[in-house]
Amino acid sequence: MSSFLHQISNDDWHQTQQSFDDISEDQVVAALKKSQRGLELDLAEFQALISPVAAPYLEHMAQLSQQFTQQRFGHNMQMFVPLYLSNMCSNICTYCGFSMENKIRRTTLTMQQIEEEAIAIKAMGLDHILLVTGESERKVGMAYFEQALAVLTQYFSHISMEVQPLDTQDYARLNELGVESILVYQETYHRDKYAKYHLKGKKSDFDYRLATPDRVGQAGITKVGIGCLLGLEDWRTDAYYVAAQLQYLEQKYWQMRYSLSFPRLRPCEGGSEVNSPMTERELVQLICAYRLYNHQVELSLSTRESAVFRDNMLKLGVTTMSAGSKTQPGGYANDEKSLEQFSIDDNRTVAQVASMIKDKGYQVVWKDWQMGLNQH
Amino acid sequence: MMKSNDRQPQDCFMIADHKFGSRLFTGTGKFANSELMADALKASQSEMATMSLKRVDLHQKSDDILRPLMANAIKLLPNTSGAKNAKDAIFAAQLAREALATNWIKLEIHPDPKYLMPDPIETLMAAEALVNDGFIVLPYMHADPVLAKRLEDVGCHAVMPLGAPIGSNKGLVSQDFLKIIIEQANVPVIVDAGIGAPSHAAYAMELGADAVLVNTAMAVSPDPVAMARAFAMAVESGRMAYLAGLGQVNNHAIATSPLTSFLDGV
Repeated sequence: MSSFLHQISNDDWHQTQQSFDDISEDQVVAALKKSQRGLELDLAEFQALISPVAAPYLEHMAQLSQQFTQQRFGHNMQMFVPLYLSNMCSNICTYCGFSMENKIRRTTLTMQQIEEEAIAIKAMGLDHILLVTGESERKVGMAYFEQALAVLTQYFSHISMEVQPLDTQDYARLNELGVESILVYQETYHRDKYAKYHLKGKKSDFDYRLATPDRVGQAGITKVGIGCLLGLEDWRTDAYYVAAQLQYLEQKYWQMRYSLSFPRLRPCEGGSEVNSPMTERELVQLICAYRLYNHQVELSLSTRESAVFRDNMLKLGVTTMSAGSKTQPGGYANDEKSLEQFSIDDNRTVAQVASMIKDKGYQVVWKDWQMGLNQH
Repeated sequence: MMKSNDRQPQDCFMIADHKFGSRLFTGTGKFANSELMADALKASQSEMATMSLKRVDLHQKSDDILRPLMANAIKLLPNTSGAKNAKDAIFAAQLAREALATNWIKLEIHPDPKYLMPDPIETLMAAEALVNDGFIVLPYMHADPVLAKRLEDVGCHAVMPLGAPIGSNKGLVSQDFLKIIIEQANVPVIVDAGIGAPSHAAYAMELGADAVLVNTAMAVSPDPVAMARAFAMAVESGRMAYLAGLGQVNNHAIATSPLTSFLDGV
């Protein structure tokens, strides 16, 4: 089976983008009829549902999305929180608050600070965490991760990581150390434009980043999360490639679990460019379309989105939510805004979000993993 | 001889040394909250419920799932869901035994997270090891008659073949193979997974299954309590019909004997 890199190098971005204009309403209706029979959609049908002509069918899509999600995941909402370990970064990315050029105070948590954060997060009732760093191989590399994980596995049942792309052997080591999932977003699948946003640093290597989920799969990690940064380039085309990559990965790494995220560009230090603005209505369309395309994939909605939006989306396909997030290192034990990666929108506490979830008739899932289960 | 108008005490059935009055087992996942789960389980009259080890907070006795089960004296059947191979499953079973003080385990090994198909090879390996380690093992398995016999041979106390993929609500798509398993089994056969409607559960019981396990169809119903009651009634009526003996189904009427009537004159 050829790699995804090979598959998309044969696929012309502009051609894909233009093909959205040719989609007819009949195609949308046919896709919805298929979905109504309980079947998953193929890539072309998914494309039809995220096209502009599908917009009037949003309510219908939402109803199907809710039905498939409840059947698979029940009335459950998984809860996690990001733990920022460091904002050191040797990349220059034009949209990111951690970008090397930005004159912000840089810090990397010591093991003692990590433990303080762990205690503060645990006190909020959370058991699943996502470790986040900038990309600073020298200071925040494997040696640092090994130490940090030794501390954190004592506190949490499930640890995910969103750090710089690593080699296969590093992922295998992280697997041994208790990491259950890796999140790595391509940001944009537009190769030429990717270079424009990622000016310097290891992240500028488009191909290495694109093949990261493959290396995660080869290392035997339980779950990988993919996505793009919606708004950098034409969001429909990027979302289409995310769906294509998911299909490729599912066929190749059939034992892995998958999650999708859909971050929209948020204001941050240094400014950001939103070339392809996406409305909230369009984001709902995308989330529902992902669900109709794949009934099993986990869909994660972060605090980047507003409280009102999140409250209403939790019934429409989303399976995982963060809450009470701090996007600066050390933020849980000591909240200091000047270090944050981006400002979040939903500022409610974990308890407030949990109470909202219960009011909506859903059960908050604090724990859905057992440390050590897949380390044999 | 069984009377057909009531559930008789002797219709109870045994798994290992435990007697069950209800032939409906339940799951604990996907409910909107633990109160609703407890109410539904009560309405189902189920005496045993399975729960995922990974989902239970083993350090906290006030866990949302465990608390209502323990309060209602429902037998705990921890399961190994999340295990991808025999070693994972053995690890999970041992952890469950230690934390929940039961040697009963529903053995589930599904390396494929999409359809959650059980791995027959790893399941057989784990089953044998766990039986030898003193567990009462109830393995979730594909509706494979040979595998059912092999699992029985290594000492499993029941087998749990699937009707259809987990959570699919598709009913007994594996019915032809379930019939063979039921015919050949010397241990209880519990049809697990895919039962989406009370009629599916009734049908499994009519086929002669000893019990069924239902989760999604109850938990995801707009009214889980009413649905649980409906399942309880369906399981009971299906069992009653099985005991009464169902009539033979013929595709056409057999009124005369054109091929053998000559014998009357012989």
